Amino acid sequence: MNGFWVMLRREMAMAWGRGGGPLLALTFFVATATLLPLAVGASPARLAAVAPGSAWLALALASLLSLERLFERDYEDGTLDLLALGPVPLEAVAFAKGLAQWLTNGAPLALAAPLVAVALGADLRLVPLIFISALIGGLGLAFTGGIGAALSLGSKRGGVLIAVLVLPLFAPPVIFGAGTIEAFAGGLDWHPALGLLSAYGLTAAALGPFAMAAACRNALS
Amino acid sequence: MICAVHMQNLAIIRGERLLFQGLNLSVRAGEAVALTGANGSGKTSLLRAIAGLIRPHAGDVRFEGPLGDLEAEDARSQGVHLLGHQDGFKATRTAWEELLFQVQWTGGTEASAREASAGLDLDRLVGLEVRKLSAGQRRRLALARLVASPRSLWLLDEPMAPLDTARRVVFGDLMAQHLAGGGMIIAAVHDPLPIAARACDLSGAMRPLA
Repeated sequence: MNGFWVMLRREMAMAWGRGGGPLLALTFFVATATLLPLAVGASPARLAAVAPGSAWLALALASLLSLERLFERDYEDGTLDLLALGPVPLEAVAFAKGLAQWLTNGAPLALAAPLVAVALGADLRLVPLIFISALIGGLGLAFTGGIGAALSLGSKRGGVLIAVLVLPLFAPPVIFGAGTIEAFAGGLDWHPALGLLSAYGLTAAALGPFAMAAACRNALS
Repeated sequence: MICAVHMQNLAIIRGERLLFQGLNLSVRAGEAVALTGANGSGKTSLLRAIAGLIRPHAGDVRFEGPLGDLEAEDARSQGVHLLGHQDGFKATRTAWEELLFQVQWTGGTEASAREASAGLDLDRLVGLEVRKLSAGQRRRLALARLVASPRSLWLLDEPMAPLDTARRVVFGDLMAQHLAGGGMIIAAVHDPLPIAARACDLSGAMRPLA
């Protein structure tokens, strides 16, 4: 699996390199959340009620930002040809890309999610669960987002197309993620929601690479 | 290790247009083939079909190893090296980072990357970002990747276009070394290759569909 590690290292280095992918997503995340009190009013009681859900909504939107670069850069400059002729199949390349997307974008966003939720007035007891649900949910967002990124290869307005393709697929993690926190805050059993969120993330990580690789082959041919 | 590649009765259609059909071509270890033909005659498409990136309309591409036929997928993932119009380097990364990644990805080592970079006179340039290199310098970086990777079948698309006269001689030597080591080269060219090569004119392979 040497080829897989070479690929993963490169993807991580590129995400943290120039362009500031994670920082951009983080800034967008915080900025979106900051708009909420301006939109619904600054009453603490009202804000606290919607804080976890709003944090999840902003999280889903922020994780869209860097998707356009996931395959498009490699497609435009011809690297994708080279990746298709590599020591591991394109499915493994797609898995490495999804994993790197999760580690470099999903993980920083998951760290910021509790801060944003608390800043909006969420209870401090919710902090660990918000972090965990955002981290697990980020896995699903990265891999379903990757499918949209691969499908939009070669189209002119790729970024907009990705958002249109992918946002409906983001509905389940938002429902289960926000649902986990709502259930915990309301004193209900939150395990089923977190279980469904994990199932979504793992399914996306297991099946997403096949869809991404098929879309890449189609774009190359 | 690929010892030979055989194309049998190959036809390629792009869009609605038949580029060529009935192409038979065999290349064995130590041989070079220069693909010629007018613009749009299918030179690039043929290279991409050999690499498995596009599917031929008819016919097949067969790879032969020392012990008989190879699985096409294995042969391509270990023995085929495609160098297209685009070099595939990220503009904002340094030349060395990109070279090292591509060499390791195609099966080479850091030592072979250093050797190739010295051989192509790139040592002063590899610390720079790729966007600061000229077209010819980028092409030399791509040639360094080609030389540093242990892949036997080179598919080259207009490999010499951005190179100056002196570098074309150097590149000719590198191709001769590759062939002497049992390698194969299929190159789409307009100018003659600086080495002895069999010619294959794709315009001649074009016949109307039966």
